[in-house]
Amino acid sequence: MTMLVIERVSKIYKSGTFGSDLKLALRQVSFGIDKGEVVSLIGESGSGKSTLGKIVLRLTPLSGGRVLFEGTDIKALKRKELHDYYCHVQGVFQDPFSSYNPLYKADRVFEMVRQEYFAGLHGDEWEAKIASALEAVTLNPADVLNKFPHQLSGGQQQRLLVARALLLDVKLLIADEIISMLDASTRVDVLNMLVHLKKRGLGILFITHDLSLGNYISDRTVILRAGTVMEMGLTAKVFGNPQHPYTKSLLTAVPQLHKKWEHVEAGSPTAPIATNGIGTARDKSEPASMVERRRYSRSSLSPTRGSTTQVTRPAAKGGGEYGSHPSLMDISDAPWQRWGPGSVNREAFLLSQVPPPLVECEDGHFVAVEQ
Amino acid sequence: MSVRVDELRIAYRTLRGDVKAVDGVSFAVADGEIMGLAGESGCGKSTLGNALIFLEGRMRQLGGEVELDGRPLRISDSHAMNEYRLRKISLIPQYAMSALNPTRKIGRLARDLLKSRGTRYETVLEEFKRRIALVGLPEKVLDMYPFELSGGMRQRVTMVLSTLLNPSLLIADEVTSALDVSTQRAVGEMLTEFRDRGFVKSLIVITHDLSILAQIADSILIMYAGKLVEKADAATVVGSPLHPYTQLLLASLPEVGVRYEDTSLVGIPGRPPSLLHPPSGCRFRERCPFAIAKCAEEPPFVELQPGHQAACWKAMLDVKRDPAAQAEESRR
Repeated sequence: MTMLVIERVSKIYKSGTFGSDLKLALRQVSFGIDKGEVVSLIGESGSGKSTLGKIVLRLTPLSGGRVLFEGTDIKALKRKELHDYYCHVQGVFQDPFSSYNPLYKADRVFEMVRQEYFAGLHGDEWEAKIASALEAVTLNPADVLNKFPHQLSGGQQQRLLVARALLLDVKLLIADEIISMLDASTRVDVLNMLVHLKKRGLGILFITHDLSLGNYISDRTVILRAGTVMEMGLTAKVFGNPQHPYTKSLLTAVPQLHKKWEHVEAGSPTAPIATNGIGTARDKSEPASMVERRRYSRSSLSPTRGSTTQVTRPAAKGGGEYGSHPSLMDISDAPWQRWGPGSVNREAFLLSQVPPPLVECEDGHFVAVEQ
Repeated sequence: MSVRVDELRIAYRTLRGDVKAVDGVSFAVADGEIMGLAGESGCGKSTLGNALIFLEGRMRQLGGEVELDGRPLRISDSHAMNEYRLRKISLIPQYAMSALNPTRKIGRLARDLLKSRGTRYETVLEEFKRRIALVGLPEKVLDMYPFELSGGMRQRVTMVLSTLLNPSLLIADEVTSALDVSTQRAVGEMLTEFRDRGFVKSLIVITHDLSILAQIADSILIMYAGKLVEKADAATVVGSPLHPYTQLLLASLPEVGVRYEDTSLVGIPGRPPSLLHPPSGCRFRERCPFAIAKCAEEPPFVELQPGHQAACWKAMLDVKRDPAAQAEESRR
């Protein structure tokens, strides 16, 4: 049985006055993670990759679909069960420097776990447990224990956070951009540590925007764009033989040491164009796009608008537009406008949107086919 | 020669003493050259970039000289430097996306900025509009507030604003770090485009990402713990580096196509030394797998091969040795 099953998960974010602005962050995403498997979830900012991580960690509720962990729907978990769930599923996040309270020593994060889960444990046993967790993340106890966060390097801090997760009986680790803030010289150590943990049977959801890191570590890869799975399958196949134009254009944009962009481009007509790739990527701090919201309100004010039934697809076929990045479904012309502003209708409408179907092109390699 | 920096030393004043973030750095950037400046966090690369345009109150120039277009630049005199800022030297700040004043429309912001430099907005308005169009933005952004633009659009506006007066030197500090690959590429190509069109004479691109520099830079300068360790043209630094630090740094980068099953990459153990009381001798000695007794003395930053400078005793010995013997060794 697959350990974690993500089944047609959708997520709608509401913002604006009375939640009037809806944003479809995930569109019926499905995949699974097995024991001892690293799945990397790759997407640009605003593609919904972190949202998915948060949903699995139950930090944010989902709007549609379900997430099964060892056969149990995590939505139904109540206090005690949720307590146990977190014993098996843990997350580590992007910024190690803000994950610690600078006033306390760094190993206080261990003490918090002890209070919550191992209150009855004897001192010696607890120390042995910490020692083995630190060993698993290849840290020397003398280097990290009894130190303040500022005395540790970013890589050490990040590994300490992973060690904290390992104190529990963790089976699945959600690693959300855990190395993007680290220096090049320490990045690889953290990656190698994840490989080491994977070999011990830990399942890892590795969320990143860096294709080379995802490629280095993962067994399977899921490419996400604007909340929709574009391509997924074995990493070697997705990277070695990319099928979807979006995946191809991402790969041509990766800066390489020994190959210039111009030369990479030569083989592929789908490379992003300088002037349209940059404007549309959104940073995380930004709420739902202002531009799109204005467009919605304006069009709803004009009752004489012609075709109101047509829904514009966010992704069109062809080359250049894969450089641009629609992080939101264009809902300005959606049919619910005729029904008035009832947000229930709009939500139901957005949730009913079926993503482009995934077609298996070779064994275990799926590609979204645009209609 | 657009910029020449000679034995520059910058320190941060702290209660415990001076932190020597830039310690005797000399280099030159030619007209039309894009120089990449790379290193780990805390190696002094941002300090060096900032010092060339604005010396903060806690920063102090301990020595050295800077020359811009053949004229000395007194970087410790903030008042005198005002003449040069934006006009001759400009900066794209580290968080360019949040560098714009949220209460001013873009056009108004540009007007204020130019007024403070003594230039009338109207005289450059046409050029401003042309460049806004060049980076793929509609003209109406001039009448928009920064929050109406996406992060990437704001980044482009910042880039156009900081190069509007055709500065001799543009310092781009970590402009690609927080971006996605396709946006990274667009920004990188925009920087070279600005150089090719003559909007800026020379560029210093500060980043920790060597693969970006391999794409856009003409030459790469590697810094470690406040000192220069290697400088050469981009292809040489990436292809045949002489300094062990550069070699290890490059070896730790996962490239597309490299998987842990095939190649196991290793990081560089240890951490850079504290710059409060930096150790004597080679500063990379503690972490260097090739360290020899000689490394207790400070290695000079000298040209070892034509156009290729490095500060390493071992590299110096290697290069001095008979090239044939060296080739033999590498074959083994």
